[in-house]
Amino acid sequence: MRLGYILRRFIFLVFVIWTAATVLFFIPRLSRVNPIRERFAALARSTGYMPADLDNIIKNFELKFGLDKPLPQQYVDYMGSVLRGDLGVSLMSYPKTVVQLIGEALPWTLGLLSVTTVLTFLLGTAVGALAGWPKSPNWVKSMVTPLIVLAAIPPQVLGLLLIYFIAFRMKLLPMAGAYSIGVEPGHLTVSLILDVLKHAILPAAALIIAYIGFWALGMRGMGVTVQGEDYVLFAEHKGLKQSRIFYWYYVRNAILPQVTSLALAFGGIIGAGILVEVTFGFPGIGSTLGSAIASNDYFVIYGIGFITIFAVGVSMLVVDLIYPLLDPRISYERK
Amino acid sequence: MELAIPSQSAGPAGPTQRTLVLRYLRRNKSLTIGLVILLFLLVFSIGGSFVVDTAKLAYPLAVTPLQPPSPEYPLGTDKDGRDLLAVMIRGIMLTGFIGLAAGTVGIVLGVILGFIAGYFGGPIDLVVRWVTEVLLTIPSLILLIIIAGTIVDKNQVTVLTMAAVTSVLAWVGPTRVVRSQVLTMKERTFVSVAKLSGMGDMEIIFKELMPNLLPFLVASFVGQVMGAIYASFGLEMLGLGPAREPTIGMTIRWAVYHGALFNEWWWWILWPVVALVLIFASLSLINVGLDEIANPRVRRTE
Repeated sequence: MRLGYILRRFIFLVFVIWTAATVLFFIPRLSRVNPIRERFAALARSTGYMPADLDNIIKNFELKFGLDKPLPQQYVDYMGSVLRGDLGVSLMSYPKTVVQLIGEALPWTLGLLSVTTVLTFLLGTAVGALAGWPKSPNWVKSMVTPLIVLAAIPPQVLGLLLIYFIAFRMKLLPMAGAYSIGVEPGHLTVSLILDVLKHAILPAAALIIAYIGFWALGMRGMGVTVQGEDYVLFAEHKGLKQSRIFYWYYVRNAILPQVTSLALAFGGIIGAGILVEVTFGFPGIGSTLGSAIASNDYFVIYGIGFITIFAVGVSMLVVDLIYPLLDPRISYERK
Repeated sequence: MELAIPSQSAGPAGPTQRTLVLRYLRRNKSLTIGLVILLFLLVFSIGGSFVVDTAKLAYPLAVTPLQPPSPEYPLGTDKDGRDLLAVMIRGIMLTGFIGLAAGTVGIVLGVILGFIAGYFGGPIDLVVRWVTEVLLTIPSLILLIIIAGTIVDKNQVTVLTMAAVTSVLAWVGPTRVVRSQVLTMKERTFVSVAKLSGMGDMEIIFKELMPNLLPFLVASFVGQVMGAIYASFGLEMLGLGPAREPTIGMTIRWAVYHGALFNEWWWWILWPVVALVLIFASLSLINVGLDEIANPRVRRTE
């Protein structure tokens, strides 16, 4: 039974990734834009250089990338290359491959987003637990409405406000980038680490402020439903200490969906920071995507889309597998 | 704690329906604040469009550029010569239109698919369930970026294109909500009674299930409107929005693009940010308030 369940979830993951890859295969073919022609047009606009025999060049490129073959054959070839982890080449920074570009940007995104995700989860869950606890002071409970509003503000708007007030007006922190100009990020030194941290504070703050409401509201919502449960009432009537009820009866039960969300948030890490990264010029996946959009670098756009979906799919599988360990009430057999 | 739902507790001797609604709104603070902000936005943008000639003043080269707020231009003007008061009036309307269009498409498709899947079941249900599950797994913003960034010609985007792009995924959430609600409801006694009394499927769906689904549908609709505005703002900030239209998101994008922040043209960026925050605050407060009606378990316990 247990093996059957794992197998089913795994098949679902494969199905998700296969669907994503298929969608990404067909979207460019729905488009009338030819990325290679587009690339040469951009080159012509910026340099005034127009290759004489453009149509022939494009034909050669298409031959090289197998675009002249019949569609089903292209589809099979494409799926094969995805399976081998080959997402194509960048049109803008040729001959760099999409995988190389993603590899350069990914550490920045993972570094920034994993720290902020954990911090936001801890802060938000604590605030939400207190806001939903009936014995909290009234001002804590009344934090819910401001949190709802805060959760609705897009992080890049908060980013703009932070850039303006803290970086531009008060000049406390750098405005953009991930390290100072002229600093070589290759060698790990103390001053480099401090420099990187200093640059990461504002984007991190924008992300934390923007997403704290999500965690707080989720925790509060669960907390409110847990309060009415018989086991909490029973614990109260047994005369247990308030702190014990709070941690071991209330938080312990209400936190389970939060943990699921945390695992999912980790899967969504690549996509979550896109707009904030663009706002701050932070050299992660989001900025790579932003410039790929600006320069019509289609293969990079598809590659980042694929990686994002892949990460989410894998994290969902992980959630499904670890959830029964966290919540003994759920067993594989029930499904 | 007992909750006064007007339609149920309005007895002949009790308070009138209106006082009950007012009393309920006083208790459901999120809903009330959200509705008040929404009303303000509607009055501002619909009322304003009768007073101000937005068709001219909200577009480039209409007024002297870069004027700070003054009696002549209450909210100032931007670098391209748009009157920001007119831009805000029109922008709230356009942005609202994108949200409403996507929300409507989403809810209509969601109801149709959700009912077919949930009520009739079978292979259609299997397909609908798999497709929604797969689509819910895929982060919607990334998919919309790919669609808007590669299928659509970036220089030809209109407000309608934006509405169409944000509608592409707007049906997934409602379909799931409707399907699961229909699944739990069709096993209840009132449906069996209706079946035994000879009601047809369509009659049961529209007379018995629909009214019970209403709170979920409204909450889900507001959620989709918010999601569509959120997504369109994200696309606009990435340069994938309607470049010729003064939506709220495009106004912020142009202000950032022209460095309004670092040139002390604060009015250019302040108003659209305020408008955006008000739109999101009002919708999410309404959403939370409606959730309280739809999901009795979330109701305040005081």
